[in-house]
Amino acid sequence: MNNLARIFRAESGKVLASLAYWSRDLQLAEDALQDACEQAASKWPIQGVPSNTGAWLHLVAKRKLIDKLRQQQSQKNDQKLRLIEESLYVDSDTIAETEYEVPDERLRLIFTCCHPALNEEAQVALTLRTLCGLEVREIARAYLTSEAAIGQRITRAKKKIRDAGISYEVPKSEQLSVRLPSVLKVIYLIYNESYTAYQGQSLTRLDLASEAVRLSLVMVKLIPNPEVLGLAALMLFHDSRRLSRCSDVEPYIPLEQQDRSFWDQKQIEQANQFIQQALQFKQRGPYQIQAAISALHAKAKSWETTDWPQIQLLYMSLLQLQPSPVIALNLGIAKANAGQVQQAYSDVLALSGALQHYQPYHAACAELESRLLLSEKAYCSISKAIGLTKNSIERDFLIKKRGLLAQKG
Amino acid sequence: MQFLALIYAGEDQDDVDMETLIAQYQVFEEQLDTAGIMHGGNALEPISTATSVRVRNGQSKVIDGPFAETKEQLGGYYLLECKDLDEALEWAAKIPSARYGTIEVRPVMVFDQ
Repeated sequence: MNNLARIFRAESGKVLASLAYWSRDLQLAEDALQDACEQAASKWPIQGVPSNTGAWLHLVAKRKLIDKLRQQQSQKNDQKLRLIEESLYVDSDTIAETEYEVPDERLRLIFTCCHPALNEEAQVALTLRTLCGLEVREIARAYLTSEAAIGQRITRAKKKIRDAGISYEVPKSEQLSVRLPSVLKVIYLIYNESYTAYQGQSLTRLDLASEAVRLSLVMVKLIPNPEVLGLAALMLFHDSRRLSRCSDVEPYIPLEQQDRSFWDQKQIEQANQFIQQALQFKQRGPYQIQAAISALHAKAKSWETTDWPQIQLLYMSLLQLQPSPVIALNLGIAKANAGQVQQAYSDVLALSGALQHYQPYHAACAELESRLLLSEKAYCSISKAIGLTKNSIERDFLIKKRGLLAQKG
Repeated sequence: MQFLALIYAGEDQDDVDMETLIAQYQVFEEQLDTAGIMHGGNALEPISTATSVRVRNGQSKVIDGPFAETKEQLGGYYLLECKDLDEALEWAAKIPSARYGTIEVRPVMVFDQ
């Protein structure tokens, strides 16, 4: 991704949320932002990048939005136009045109995107697209589905928001419990995307990760519900390992090889606090369980001394709450690490139908086969994994691992 | 904006006797009146009274019965003026038949003049 594209993505969520708030029309807001980005792409290389890129894009996009609303010449737009023009006037009244903070309407937008009037898949796709500026193909990958399907899902969702009277508001407290789970799932996926993104140059997209962490901290403040706390803890644990996930020479270092002295103890401490707070509610939930698993990793001095039997139990409990082949795969890995390699291997093989296109499945098979001294099978599995990854960093890592396997065999 | 709340329920699904149900609807309509958002609303005669008509090649054809045979039937409606979908859904959930039937909420389409 080039520099401009990086700036656009970093700013797009905030700018789009504000434009959507004014226009009550996500498509129109997105078009206006797109126009502003095009203008920036032609102007910035000549005039230089403004110091406050967000405010610049916000201002230009707002003007574009006004043009678009005027072009539509709809009576419905009169009031919108009046409001947005008033806000524009306030903005340009500041000392310099771009010396202001873009108002943060993202929480509003996230609840809109996750409105129960939209189906859950549409909610997640739409939030990833609008709040995080993810490309349709990136969302398609996170969802293991086609780009066309995701594109259609997003278009339909935008249309429903516009036409069904879905508001751009944070829901009232009595509606929060219904609206919360999909918001949490969305934040979780944003974080997931941040450290497995396959197109960026680096494996960790720090901006997205901190975006997800930030959103989850805002949620903690707003609704200290056990699963909100669990999710925040989970993401803080993951984020605490950010620095040890790569080095100058190694672009990707798996958990088992990480230098644990780089783990951010402040984040771990905060995550542990959230877990303690969550446990007081005595309502178990998937995010809390995953956070508890992460907590055991954070506590362990090394990969070998990790409490694998306990992790295995937690994965079993997670699988009960949320049956999924990916969780079953993780359970298998934990079981192997707890000592039952042979049993774990047959458990994992039983997942081949559901996970045959899932790269980590083949990588896990290779690992178990190598431990069971099935070197030919291990070589074959790791090659399958290499064929499935779209991330050059992951690919290099797996190729190196294949080299080691060949040596061992 | 205006929303139409369409009340669907099986005709024998009522969980209370007719008199109680009517009284509950009266209470609900008083709430609507107080809020000043009711723009219309009616109950419909049962599905046995339905007659459908369609015109094909200039010929009208009248059919005894409803457009579609379903377990839950359209039994009535309210036309409500609400701020947004959330407000409309909140009111729809207060319609007594929502307890045993389903209320479909749809915005009224606005055409530009």
